[in-house]
Amino acid sequence: MISVENVTFHYPGGAQVLDEVNLQIKDGEFVAIMGENGAGKTTLVKMFNGLLKPTEGKISVDDVDTREKSVAQLSRDVGLIFQNPDHQLFAETVTEELSFSLRNFGFKEDVVQRRVTSLMNTLDLDRYSNSSPFVLSGGERKRVALAAILAWDPKHVIMDEPTIGQDYLQKDRLRNFIVQLLSQRKTIVIVTHDVEFVAECKPRIVLLSHGRIIGDGTSAKVLTDPALVEKASLVMPQISSLMGTLQDLTPPSDIIDAYSAREFLSTKLKHVVGRKTSQGS
Amino acid sequence: MAAIAARKLSFTYAGADKPSMENIDLTVEKGEFAILTGPSGCGKTTFCRCLNGLIPNFYSGNLEGDLEIDGISVKGKSTAELATRVGFVFQNPENQLFSLSVERDVAFGLENLGIPREEALERVQWAMEATGITSLRNKAPYELSGGQQQRAAIAGVLAMRPSIVVLDEPTSFLDPKSAEEIIRVIAKLNRELNLTTVLVEHRLDLVSRYANRVIVMDKGRVALDGPPSEVYGDEARLIGIGLPRVTMLFHLLRGDGFPVGTNPITVDQASEEIRRLLNK
Repeated sequence: MISVENVTFHYPGGAQVLDEVNLQIKDGEFVAIMGENGAGKTTLVKMFNGLLKPTEGKISVDDVDTREKSVAQLSRDVGLIFQNPDHQLFAETVTEELSFSLRNFGFKEDVVQRRVTSLMNTLDLDRYSNSSPFVLSGGERKRVALAAILAWDPKHVIMDEPTIGQDYLQKDRLRNFIVQLLSQRKTIVIVTHDVEFVAECKPRIVLLSHGRIIGDGTSAKVLTDPALVEKASLVMPQISSLMGTLQDLTPPSDIIDAYSAREFLSTKLKHVVGRKTSQGS
Repeated sequence: MAAIAARKLSFTYAGADKPSMENIDLTVEKGEFAILTGPSGCGKTTFCRCLNGLIPNFYSGNLEGDLEIDGISVKGKSTAELATRVGFVFQNPENQLFSLSVERDVAFGLENLGIPREEALERVQWAMEATGITSLRNKAPYELSGGQQQRAAIAGVLAMRPSIVVLDEPTSFLDPKSAEEIIRVIAKLNRELNLTTVLVEHRLDLVSRYANRVIVMDKGRVALDGPPSEVYGDEARLIGIGLPRVTMLFHLLRGDGFPVGTNPITVDQASEEIRRLLNK
């Protein structure tokens, strides 16, 4: 469990970034931290692996205060994937990049090989195994950075803006991959602006604005609350806006993605319009 | 005269075994607002690199075919020469801003071109007004929000008075509200200045309503090209571009056998069509 208790943070000599934040993330939970540029999202997650320590208050991971452990120790359990992959990539080839930490943590060579191969496969990186990470596209470098962290199998996985630079198919893969990690009982925390991605994954949303938590709840609850959405500089998912224009049909309030909208509209439409059979004439 | 005219344009990066872009025939007229999209590795970045001369000046490889900007062939033109015609805005505004004030940043390109001081001041003033950042002129870029930084980057490009702007996912680092504001600024500049706009973007929900045209690239070629509602059909979905969610909803309903009409691009269009069906 990641537990944030009364945490306040300001950079030395700088303005306050986090203000009395309280948050509990349980093992195996899937949480999206959202909010405007500069809301304090990245600062908050950098505390989860001890890169930053709170000015006041306490962060604990699995009941251990992050002040009592080094970043290296914490990172074994908390994998943080940076927004900008170039802040973490350094090796000459993708394979080396993925193997580096595993060797550092003392894994046996056959385990290293197996894990690296399997991750490259899952994240669609196999064809780049001998390429330098730096010749890859931004989206591909992000996947290398993700694979490099997942290689040592941390219990809690934190991803800062994982969908930036990813096309639709890659986002779809990422979504499936998150589901797979959740089925292994990993905790997943993403920091994101990608409202449509969130509407399809439906994590719990923690909404930050000016360093304070202003909303916390299901995706459907948070993303369809006009006041919260406005305050955190988000926009509603397109499908929620559509449902908003069809209030006289009394759609359930939790429709935020195309698939649930289809289900609802099908029941309305089938009474009114004829349906062509798929065979045709 | 077309703003951009590519004829059989192909490029293979040095050391690569196959072309990243192959036989591109594409004409963009003055004042168009075109979205350029497609899966990662489809060749859109390569095409954009040709527009400002980064290919072949900085990326070596084999370039074939012709490319004209405002009727002038880019062959033998330096990136600096092309910069006065084609303005570039990148994903991350932090990579584009470096001065101590917004005004200095907006003026930077002009100083490099040796534009006389009076004219430069006038252009800087105009570009800041057009992007709505006049009140921020004395701020340092790091004091600005992401959206304000991106406006400053656009102003810097605009001050060069390009006839074409190419924007490479200019909103991906911004929160959704700032992203919407930036897209509106871009649409306004396109409309009011008749500025030819090429917007590279995956987030089609956000941008489709402003564009008159969508160009989808796939495997180094132009796969689809036309108005958004026409391009967003089955083939686009199969190529794997992220259709606006209301469009996707209509694909699903059509697949279920309902007689839905044209693909909607906006919430209002979708809403209207659903009402039309229900009132039948």
